[in-house]
Amino acid sequence: MTAIDPTAHLTAEQIEELGRELDAIRDEVIAGRGEKDAAYIRKVISAQRTLELVSRGVLLFSIFPPAWLLGTAGLSVAKIMDNMEIGHNILHGQWDWMRDPKIHSTTWEWDHVSPSEQWKHSHNELHHTYTNVIGKDNDLGYGIMRVDEDQRWHPIHLGQPLWNFINACFFEYGIAAYDLELGKNLHKRRRKNPEFRARAKAVGRKIRKQVLKDYVIHPLLSGPSFLPTLAATFTANLVRNIWSHSVIMCGHFPEGVQVFERRSIKGETRGQWYLRQMMGSANISGSKAMHFMTGNLSHQIEHHLFPDLPSNRYAEVAVKVRALFEKYELEYVTGPLPKQVFSAWHKVVRLSLPNKKPKVKTPDRAQELVAA
Amino acid sequence: MTSTALRSRAWKLLEMVTTPLLPSDYLDLVSPLRAGADLRGRIEAVHPETGDAATIVIRPGRGWRGHTAGQYVRIGIDVDGVRLWRAYSLTSPTNRQDGRITITVKAIPDGKVSNHLVRRAKPGTLIQLDQPTGDFVLPQAKPAKVLYLTAGSGITPVMGMLRDTEFDDVVMVHCAPQPQDVIFRSELHDLVADKKLRLTEVHTDTDGMLDIARLDELVPDWAERETWACGPAGLLDTAEKHWSEHGVLERLHTERFRPTIVVAGDGGEVTFSATGKTVDADGATPLLDIGEEAGVLMPSGCRMGICFGCVTPLKAGAVRDLRTGEITEAEPGVLIQTCVSAAAGPCDIER
Repeated sequence: MTAIDPTAHLTAEQIEELGRELDAIRDEVIAGRGEKDAAYIRKVISAQRTLELVSRGVLLFSIFPPAWLLGTAGLSVAKIMDNMEIGHNILHGQWDWMRDPKIHSTTWEWDHVSPSEQWKHSHNELHHTYTNVIGKDNDLGYGIMRVDEDQRWHPIHLGQPLWNFINACFFEYGIAAYDLELGKNLHKRRRKNPEFRARAKAVGRKIRKQVLKDYVIHPLLSGPSFLPTLAATFTANLVRNIWSHSVIMCGHFPEGVQVFERRSIKGETRGQWYLRQMMGSANISGSKAMHFMTGNLSHQIEHHLFPDLPSNRYAEVAVKVRALFEKYELEYVTGPLPKQVFSAWHKVVRLSLPNKKPKVKTPDRAQELVAA
Repeated sequence: MTSTALRSRAWKLLEMVTTPLLPSDYLDLVSPLRAGADLRGRIEAVHPETGDAATIVIRPGRGWRGHTAGQYVRIGIDVDGVRLWRAYSLTSPTNRQDGRITITVKAIPDGKVSNHLVRRAKPGTLIQLDQPTGDFVLPQAKPAKVLYLTAGSGITPVMGMLRDTEFDDVVMVHCAPQPQDVIFRSELHDLVADKKLRLTEVHTDTDGMLDIARLDELVPDWAERETWACGPAGLLDTAEKHWSEHGVLERLHTERFRPTIVVAGDGGEVTFSATGKTVDADGATPLLDIGEEAGVLMPSGCRMGICFGCVTPLKAGAVRDLRTGEITEAEPGVLIQTCVSAAAGPCDIER
């Protein structure tokens, strides 16, 4: 909640008009979805599988340093592809329209310790619906950090740069805990809730399988290369975790991104929902390769407006969305990865210390609209 | 340890290697038609038959169990990126040496799949296949006299029979708008020349629709013949009535390409309560399609009612099973298969 509401200049009619214009962009992409898009995701999936297979093959000989380097790099990229461009987007239902049961949000499972079923609930349902609403969207600081001036400061926040770093390294475990709402559920009474126990069990099963594969089976298959392979898979997981954490942090944490009060979304219209997504997300600029490796989450703003449009279309959508930002005189928060990562980290560090309450309080939008 | 047990152990180990994917996800990259894979086929050639019909030559996967003449197969093909399933009669004989099968498809107006197959399908394309099915088949014991009564693309299952089994006395009455619309015309005429078939072509553009009473004149001994009839519902309804009136209904075998749909309580307003969407649905479209069309995240699987991957609670209203016509009404705990259920009045699906 910044001191000045950056959307204050818009009338209620303008906000609804903006919503209609965004709907039109969406309809156009949906009408144009077809063979090329289907071919795209199939190609990405088979490329990922081939890369993973080859990299694991090379790692069988990882006792030789060049093989270790090559295999580790390949496996890191394969794991990033699996999580970002493939897993995240399929689980959003971006490819359900193909009606291919193998590339479908209800059947897909990813290389991740959080079972996709649980992640879909916490991410697709909670985060995407309540984007950046304090108290509703747990993605704001993942429940372990303070990311807005208005959030109350506790001495525990002094440690948040450290938590954030640890979270980055073991991000997939962080997400699993987050999907389980571990903090909330570890209370005595909730711990025994059968529904929570079933979900915790599912996570346990998934972790066991993943750990067994990465740290036991593949190293064993490598024979004399046991230890180098173990180190390689650990490194690849670390690289993937730090990379995805960085990309995801850039989505909502950089300076300039707005957060919202719980009561501001009461009775929210379609136009207002769109506007909140626009103001609550930030992009990463860069090359095609950069967009691909971020799973097109570099187009976070477009993704939040249209979470179920195929990821390969975000680039073309971005041009139109950006034009709307200009038309309605709104700030399109974007920048190269290093700048955005720095900005997000800067905020984490800055807010680990207490701050004065912001002086000017903006009335929330709902009230403002009633007044207008 | 038996070899089966060993193999299943090895497979378990392989699954641990590939988790969360399955070994087959990788094997599919190199060998989609192998034994043990989901049944698929590869289009190897497309031969035009008439202006709007073509024969598709398919190499089925190793799991193909073979068919009986007259049966059909369901194929799943991606049209504009969307997988669509349709059933087509097999036109190849059962003993084809090269192991390939053929279907013959007539493009129907606005038919997404049929037009795609006839005009755009390319050799090399992978398609999904089901095992062949259908009881429109020849009997074990050879009948002495046979009549094939067909119209339009209704000739396709019968062509599968003609190519498969020779009979001593076969008559065919086939209806098509004009001579050039007769699918397999030159092959039929070759059979006639070889005295393996007696053929009457009814060209409906010039002769008008076939009057079933004319059968007495075209095939005087029609009532003595074991008859296989396939074509539009109108023709089959008339034939069933005619055979029944003459007390020889047991000799008539029919195949309907599209099952007739019960009209009572047809369609209605469907509410997807979890998503908060409401749309109008007709009584013939599966609720799965209705939901997907409306942008609701629908679980799906085989899309034909066998895998139960799409089961969803029915919270209110009634649905009709498109295969059996059976009505299911909402009750606590009632799950429906959205892929084979259509709205039978207003209903509420928990999605």
